[in-house]
Amino acid sequence: MGGEISGVVEVSDFLLELRSEEIPARMQAGARAELEKLFRREMDAAGVEIGEIAVWSTPRRLALIAHSLPESTRAVREEAKGPPEGAPDAAIDGFCRKNGVGRDQLELREVKGRPTWFAVIDKPGRATRDLLAEAIPAIVRDFAWPKSMRWGTASISTGSLRWVRPLSGIVAILGEDLVECGVDGVRSGYATLGHRFHCPGEITIGGAHDYAEKLRACHVVVDHEERAVLIREGARKAAAEAGLALIEDEGLVVENAGLTEWPVPLLGRFDEAFLDVPPEVIQLTARTNQKYFVCECEGGKLANAFVCTANIEAQDGGAAIVDGNRKVLAARLSDARFFWEQDRKTPLADQAKKLERITFHEKLGTVADKVERVAKLARWLVEEGIVKGANADLAEQAARLAKADLVTEMVGEFPELQGLMGGYYARAEGLPDEVADAIRDHYKPVGQGDEVPTAPVTVAVSLADKLDTLAAFFSIREKPTGSKDPFALRRAVLGVIAIVLRNALRLSLQNGAYYAALLRVEGAKMTNVRALRTPDAVRTALGNTAQGSMLDIECDANFVYEEFPAFFADRLKVQQREAGVRHDLIDAVFALGNEDDLVRLLARVNALQTFIETEDGANLLAAYKRAANILRKEDWRGIEGEIAHTGEEDPLANVDDPDLAPVVAAKMAERHGRELSYEPEPAERALMEALDAAEPKAARAVEEEDFSAAMAALASLRAPIDRFFDEVTVNADEEKKRAARLDLLARFRAAVHKVADFSSIEG
Amino acid sequence: MDRNPANSFQDMILALHDFWSAQGCLILQPYDMRMGAGTFHTATTLRALGPEPWSAAFVQPCRRPTDGRYGENPNRLQHYYQYQVILKPSPADIQDLYLESLRVIGIDPLLHDIRFVEDDWESPTLGAWGLGWEVWCDGMEVTQFTYFQQMGGFDCKPVAGELTYGLERLAMYIQGVDNVYDLDFNGRGTTYGDVFLENEKQMSKWNFEIADTDALFDLFRKAAAECRNCLDNNVPIAAYEQAIEASHVFNLLQARGVISVQERASYMAQVRDLARGSCEAYMAKEAPAWAEKYPEWSK
Repeated sequence: MGGEISGVVEVSDFLLELRSEEIPARMQAGARAELEKLFRREMDAAGVEIGEIAVWSTPRRLALIAHSLPESTRAVREEAKGPPEGAPDAAIDGFCRKNGVGRDQLELREVKGRPTWFAVIDKPGRATRDLLAEAIPAIVRDFAWPKSMRWGTASISTGSLRWVRPLSGIVAILGEDLVECGVDGVRSGYATLGHRFHCPGEITIGGAHDYAEKLRACHVVVDHEERAVLIREGARKAAAEAGLALIEDEGLVVENAGLTEWPVPLLGRFDEAFLDVPPEVIQLTARTNQKYFVCECEGGKLANAFVCTANIEAQDGGAAIVDGNRKVLAARLSDARFFWEQDRKTPLADQAKKLERITFHEKLGTVADKVERVAKLARWLVEEGIVKGANADLAEQAARLAKADLVTEMVGEFPELQGLMGGYYARAEGLPDEVADAIRDHYKPVGQGDEVPTAPVTVAVSLADKLDTLAAFFSIREKPTGSKDPFALRRAVLGVIAIVLRNALRLSLQNGAYYAALLRVEGAKMTNVRALRTPDAVRTALGNTAQGSMLDIECDANFVYEEFPAFFADRLKVQQREAGVRHDLIDAVFALGNEDDLVRLLARVNALQTFIETEDGANLLAAYKRAANILRKEDWRGIEGEIAHTGEEDPLANVDDPDLAPVVAAKMAERHGRELSYEPEPAERALMEALDAAEPKAARAVEEEDFSAAMAALASLRAPIDRFFDEVTVNADEEKKRAARLDLLARFRAAVHKVADFSSIEG
Repeated sequence: MDRNPANSFQDMILALHDFWSAQGCLILQPYDMRMGAGTFHTATTLRALGPEPWSAAFVQPCRRPTDGRYGENPNRLQHYYQYQVILKPSPADIQDLYLESLRVIGIDPLLHDIRFVEDDWESPTLGAWGLGWEVWCDGMEVTQFTYFQQMGGFDCKPVAGELTYGLERLAMYIQGVDNVYDLDFNGRGTTYGDVFLENEKQMSKWNFEIADTDALFDLFRKAAAECRNCLDNNVPIAAYEQAIEASHVFNLLQARGVISVQERASYMAQVRDLARGSCEAYMAKEAPAWAEKYPEWSK
């Protein structure tokens, strides 16, 4: 209950500037969001209505402008209903305490004919300026920085104020009035500082209205987005004036905007001789070490030019700055060229030997051990015909050299060049292009949207590398949990999914991972395996070549075999969500079990999705659910119920078990052949006939992987099942009719299940 | 080459001494031990602990055996100089003071682009970390600027500001020289190469090829043992010197390539334990007197 005391409310704009020593560029976006969040929190709590807010940052300040703040909060009268007249004193006293009023402030009113005490509390409006004066220190104290520090004399106590770097000033003006406040010795005022070098003195701000323009006059562009525009366009222009095209880099634009208050892009040249070094190396050096843009000539070749972003309008037009930056870049590029020359003196095969000294994971041996497994796996993928069109020797060779660049000087300096440098070095020593390309691209795809390999040798190495990583970490029970995925296994499985789908590779991922896990055994070798359907087949194929730790490894591999499918189904759902594939449909196909051939799985899912979205599909789903409900209610196991069960709740758990398939088929045949002991109703007979026709069609279609045809076969059941429900009473009085009809529904349910587990489908 | 005596290598050092002396700093001399960075100087490490105000400036020769290039690389040296300033508590105008010191040695911030770029500092060996920047001059890192937050595993109360100038880099910049050995040392014709080129050649050879590794391993063990002996006898400064010694011997062993990847972590942990142990002992010894003099410190 409450009422407002009306009146015209004056509004003013509010300016808050928190000045500090240089805020790291990478933290500024987060800091802007934090400032707005805390400001809103404080104003909400104080009951101040806020309109539009602008938040800006430079390296030396965070600023917030809140437009049209009321000069005071509204006065509010609140009433609280208390105990009735005559209630015990304790109850009335308690009510007074709770509402912060005395007994004399209580009023009696009739409530439903009964006199009742009411407390009337007048909350006067408060001046927004006072509320702000309390809010600002709270905002500063509660501000969450990724890293914060103490400083100065006050830091003799660890309880002193923390900020990202020393906080040096606060400007807080409501309208044109100072909001007086302070936090740990920093007092608010009208004064701020302009550009550190161009305008070193103090400047006085009038309020939100003149803040940005007064700063601009003092060489500070306070709006970070405006600085980004100046950098983006200035860099483009500088490149264009030199007859070049800027290689756009939005990350660099934002970073440089976070490093400057008065950005001035300047173009410089470096010695053309450095262009011998791979362009990616030059770009990376310029970008990560120096925060420079690079440019390209017409035709896309890297130019010997860079664009740096200065923070001053230099007296000499920037000549000295460009010259200094050129020297720094030259020193960096000399180092890079030195690495480039040094590394090429050692063949990759020799570098690869040094991988024996690098631990991959304490429980998984060295990188050399991993390379050995990946080489075998890559060869196997080719020899099994899973990756078609690749030469097995080249795939193995590429796999053996793929990690060699990890020990080169260049990759030591720039880890992000792994793969790429190996590709360059392989080509330089005259290895076949397929091998060099595979070394270069085998880490791909690194993330969503990254290029997916299609060259056969690359596909074999890339897939083998990722399968090995997954199998190896699963073997030692290092599965990702929650937000923790220290070995990037989710990324690896997404990579596997992308490669398999892009190249339409046909393999059982479960078996592939199982095999990869077994490769940890010394001397394990896969021979003459054309179809890996069961662990037994793999084990037989491995034969007795493996010794010693075989049992342990097998146990680990079995764990991989058990755990891997659910993990990859999860990732598949995430990955396919982007493509608009419904996760419940993936579940519906996945629930059939034994379906980890991604290509087939998705073909099935896609056909299912198309079908479900038709009217026939939607109706069939409804009929399926109805049938399933009836069967569940009756606890009718039907045909499957006669087959030995292991106690699962789902009576259909075994329907698709390949071992049980012949048994089920035999039972089915027996049932179909059995004459009904009564004359079925027309709708009943029609459904039986429809099933007689649809079952073999669907089965054949699934066998032939023609899932649209399988769906069409299901669609032919729609009219008969609808009619059956319309015209036939399932729960007939006669027990034999009831049993036969429930059997018929069970048969219908089983037929649908041959195509997908419709019980997983939502809606 | 620019032969302006006012910006010779030694004049730059003298100008910095004058400047920081005028700001009230003690002008100290280098610590007389081999060390990897000026931060190891007791005037920094140990004095960063405790509540006593402390302001000092000094040049510290730094030894980085693995950076040796036999005098053939224009930028890399196994022995070079840092200029270090330590101000405790960190003054409110420390950035302005620093920028003023750059003007004093001839860097005009309206001609050159000076920038404070995030660079946090951490030394696991010293159990120390701080937040700050690397200061860029036209894209070149010329100074490491750090607000110490912890040292030897202890909170710095109050926080000290540490400035570490790379003297050769700054001088090369100011003199417009591309090769460190061409630096004008004294403004009267003597170059940095005249003074140090032969040292770099011989010391690189010794660091990488000659040093008796058995003797070095022995030295490491003895320094570690002596450090513990000092700690047992409550002379933490002496213990700390042995930690400095062990740290440098470890660097030499690294340069000789005789420490495997696996062993490396264990050696680093040993050095860290010695350094931290020394800091802890130093704190324990001084804390009662500090607490009495600065009651707010012990809170």
